[in-house]
Amino acid sequence: MNKVEPSFRPGGKLSKLESVYDGMETFLFTPNATSRSGVHIHDGNDLKRTMITVVVALIPALLFGMYNIGYQHYLAIGQASTGWFTMFLYGLLAMLPVIVVSYGVGLGIEFISAQIHHKEIQEGFLVTGILIPLIVPINTPLWMTAVATAFAVIFAKEIFGGTGMNIFNVALITRAFLFFAYPSRMSGDEAFVKIDSALGIGGGTAVDSFTGATPLGQVATSVGDPSMTNVLGEPISIMDAFLGYIPGSPGETSMVAILIGAAILLITGIASWRIMCSVFVGGLAMGALVHAFPSPIYPASMLDPMAQLCLGGFAFGAVFMATDPVTGARTKVGQYIYGLLIGVFAILIRVYNSGYPEGMMLAILLMNAFAPLIDHCVVSSNIKRRARRAAAKE
Amino acid sequence: MATVRLKKGLDIHLLGAIGSNEIAAVDKPKTVAVTPDDFHGIIPRMEKKEGEHVAAGEPLYHDKNHEVIKVVAPVSGSVKEIRRGERRHIDAIVIVPDGNDETVTLDLKRPVEEVLLQSGLWCMLRQRPYDVVPTPGVKPRDIFVTAFDSSPLAPDLDVVLGDKSKYVAKGVEALKGLTDGKVFISIREGQAIDAPGAEVNTFVGPHPAGNAGVQAANLVPVNKGETIWTLDIVTLARIGELFTTGQVSHDTVVAVNGEMVQQPRYAKTVMGADIETVLKNELTNVAQSRIISGNVLTGVKVEIDQWLRAPYRHITIIPENNKPDEFMGWASVNPNRFSIYHTFTTWLVGLSKPRSMDSRIKGGERAIVRTGEYDAMLPMDIYGEFLIKAIISGDIDKMEQLGIYEIAPEDFALAEFADTSKLELQRIVREGLDRLRAEMS
Repeated sequence: MNKVEPSFRPGGKLSKLESVYDGMETFLFTPNATSRSGVHIHDGNDLKRTMITVVVALIPALLFGMYNIGYQHYLAIGQASTGWFTMFLYGLLAMLPVIVVSYGVGLGIEFISAQIHHKEIQEGFLVTGILIPLIVPINTPLWMTAVATAFAVIFAKEIFGGTGMNIFNVALITRAFLFFAYPSRMSGDEAFVKIDSALGIGGGTAVDSFTGATPLGQVATSVGDPSMTNVLGEPISIMDAFLGYIPGSPGETSMVAILIGAAILLITGIASWRIMCSVFVGGLAMGALVHAFPSPIYPASMLDPMAQLCLGGFAFGAVFMATDPVTGARTKVGQYIYGLLIGVFAILIRVYNSGYPEGMMLAILLMNAFAPLIDHCVVSSNIKRRARRAAAKE
Repeated sequence: MATVRLKKGLDIHLLGAIGSNEIAAVDKPKTVAVTPDDFHGIIPRMEKKEGEHVAAGEPLYHDKNHEVIKVVAPVSGSVKEIRRGERRHIDAIVIVPDGNDETVTLDLKRPVEEVLLQSGLWCMLRQRPYDVVPTPGVKPRDIFVTAFDSSPLAPDLDVVLGDKSKYVAKGVEALKGLTDGKVFISIREGQAIDAPGAEVNTFVGPHPAGNAGVQAANLVPVNKGETIWTLDIVTLARIGELFTTGQVSHDTVVAVNGEMVQQPRYAKTVMGADIETVLKNELTNVAQSRIISGNVLTGVKVEIDQWLRAPYRHITIIPENNKPDEFMGWASVNPNRFSIYHTFTTWLVGLSKPRSMDSRIKGGERAIVRTGEYDAMLPMDIYGEFLIKAIISGDIDKMEQLGIYEIAPEDFALAEFADTSKLELQRIVREGLDRLRAEMS
């Protein structure tokens, strides 16, 4: 690396790629820079390690998501007895292009932006880039994902100043963009279960009884007692939803995989347990409240609170999205309020807004907007306490 | 007498601790220097020229704004050099000792403040707000003395104090006259102190429990419009000795420790002594070492041909870079790559085992991402992160509201160590304090 370094420095042949070179070098080797001012020793942790740990926490959800794509596929084309490895391989090949597009577009923009500003490439997109394939329905055309990713990275992140400066969660902005720009591709029968072949594997025609709607989608359009079925129209239980054998966005279906990720995030201390727990508490409380007043006009109100947590993107959002420290509340007290309100709003939107079968995305984005206000109120109490103390002396 | 328990903060355990409290003798320094940067807030105006003779305790320079604040020579000798840096900034005033113990004796019948100013000991005091040498004529609300140092590999101040502890009571008596409030002395558990007239409190908890500013914030915090002074027990004893004998003792005991020191020990020398003499063959590998005058958190990097810096009681020597070109260090699972965070594995084997730490930053500077890192290291009723942001954005009202008057750069040293985003917090705080001071004057 040291040999080729000069050509990347200003004046060198490849100086336009300086940021990329720095990015690669700091990725491969710990920088040799020693402290010039202030403390002489530093903790070993840096943002690279932090972000990579989040990616590691996402791997269980990613792997299960791949398997489930294959599982749903072979179920839908009437070949449920296919081996698990083939199912996984199908899912892997189905997701690979989405991952490549997400990272390619996002990192490409980050690299260009870093070079324009002559800054180091920052690590924020490492996580965003893997979150996007996990929350975008598998049948979304790649060009849509590319457009949405570009929109989110530029308008939700770079114009605010890059990693650490954004107001809204970038991955959620990607999904929200898709959701509002191409609503027909984001829900219904055709969004979540891939029927055609993935890079040459699988493929076929759906069986006659096929229905590709997610359980929450089915509930939202049901009349009377909500019943949920799998892609073949057979009834499913909450246990299926807990384990993840249901249609949905790749990362969100398996509560088990999400909980493994949650454990990694909590043990490593990266995610705030205050936010994570209070989202679940808020969701449970609101779920119990709406369940206490069930109404056929709002079919989702008939779901019991535990089902609310297991279905849809609630758990995934609570563990991986709400806990984004950059867009969430930063004070301890604020984190309780922030999380609680996300849980409450997610269920509120889910149940009482028939236009949106899932409310987690909108709830988190809404609270992203309010997080600075919550923090402001908490910090104000400290300011007031200090002012009172000073006033008491006079 | 109360016991204050602090939970926040961190004790960092480094290799190279001192085994015994024995004090080794070292040669008399070849040169001695006063470094004006040690006395923040003073703009030097020289009183002595190169080549002139000075006695120990005789003023070398005074403050441009307050001529009464004197910085004195620690030894008698001749001014060899006034070393200047960029824009004629005075880097150091170098004195060659003449071996005589010619020392200025002060008239103790004059007012206490005047004697302190003339003796040079005034410069060893710090004032909050702004963490500068106190402004003469401004009466502090209270005076806070810390009797222990909790920083990594810190010297035991009882050892540094030695038999001078007998002057502590006299020092309290002198300072009491300068404030309408109290003189607080904070000790750690098990420490004994004989200081009638002072309010003694015990502090339990990890570093920065030994910072006088942290102690003040947990006893009686500074409010806007108020002034407090902070100092350590060694300075207090020096003040006591001054008001007993009329002379300032410029002798000091220095802890020389750290991984790169062959035999960590205490050494008796003079304030501002040259590093080479103090180290005397203790350093094995100069090129690979970082010599810090002070502790690893707040000390100053010095070269072997430079001098001891205030508060003249500690030299730490750590490796400069003990793993050049470490391959993919961010992916390490080695517990020896020290981190207090659970993203690495150090916590699994325990954080209290002494470890080797070098001076690499181990990451690039980033925007603040993780939450609560600063608060966990700052045992004060202050939202550190919000205060830092207010300072960075230059919002003076917010800085005041969030309590910048209560802090000094040293209080953010641990947060700077722990910061995942690798921001230079002490520099940021110092710039904020300087900016505020300029605005307010």
